[in-house]
Amino acid sequence: MIDSLGTLGTLRVGLIVAFTLLGLFFSFVSMTGVIRLPDLYSRAHTASQADTLGAGFGLAAVALVIGLEGTGFKTVLLLFFIFVTNPTAAHAITRAAFEEGIVPWTEGDDRR
Amino acid sequence: MSLVDATVAAGYTVGDFLLLAAAGFAVLAIGMLYRAVKGPTMQDRVLAVNVLGTNTVVILAILAAALSEPTFLDIALVYALLNFLMAIAISKFTVERGGVL
Repeated sequence: MIDSLGTLGTLRVGLIVAFTLLGLFFSFVSMTGVIRLPDLYSRAHTASQADTLGAGFGLAAVALVIGLEGTGFKTVLLLFFIFVTNPTAAHAITRAAFEEGIVPWTEGDDRR
Repeated sequence: MSLVDATVAAGYTVGDFLLLAAAGFAVLAIGMLYRAVKGPTMQDRVLAVNVLGTNTVVILAILAAALSEPTFLDIALVYALLNFLMAIAISKFTVERGGVL
């Protein structure tokens, strides 16, 4: 029962639920952007920002569940790693696309 | 008593809630697969697979917490590394001179 956890435990469960829901929300925003935005550059923008935040919230919830045990630090490592590599990968992909000559979307262009 | 067995609401535990959240992330991943299949350019597909990989890492981490299997976290770490390597390698492959970073 939730009463046997004490105030701190209840707060922790609440934070876990809140972080998981926020992670789901931002991943949903990222999915919507990746599907609906018009060209590669705008899709890379939503993929590197919204998705990184969604993954960050999801991994933060996992870190709260596991706590300060031996494996907890791996979650923080994973979070840090995703925060560093996800925008870097999006940047590399976008740069490769620009070098290949893909034209950025401007107003009036009806590409989907 | 571990935190995974604590009740959230109506008799459902934190573990149940996390499993449900993992299912939600999986549904979102299926939505992203649309762009990986349809994407007009090759970079679109690489980007979609990259986002899908990040989602998979989160699903693996959530399953590690919900099922109390700490080894899943190691798999998630290796998956994140391979995902990053894949994106960089394919970008590097298509650019002939200079670097992508």
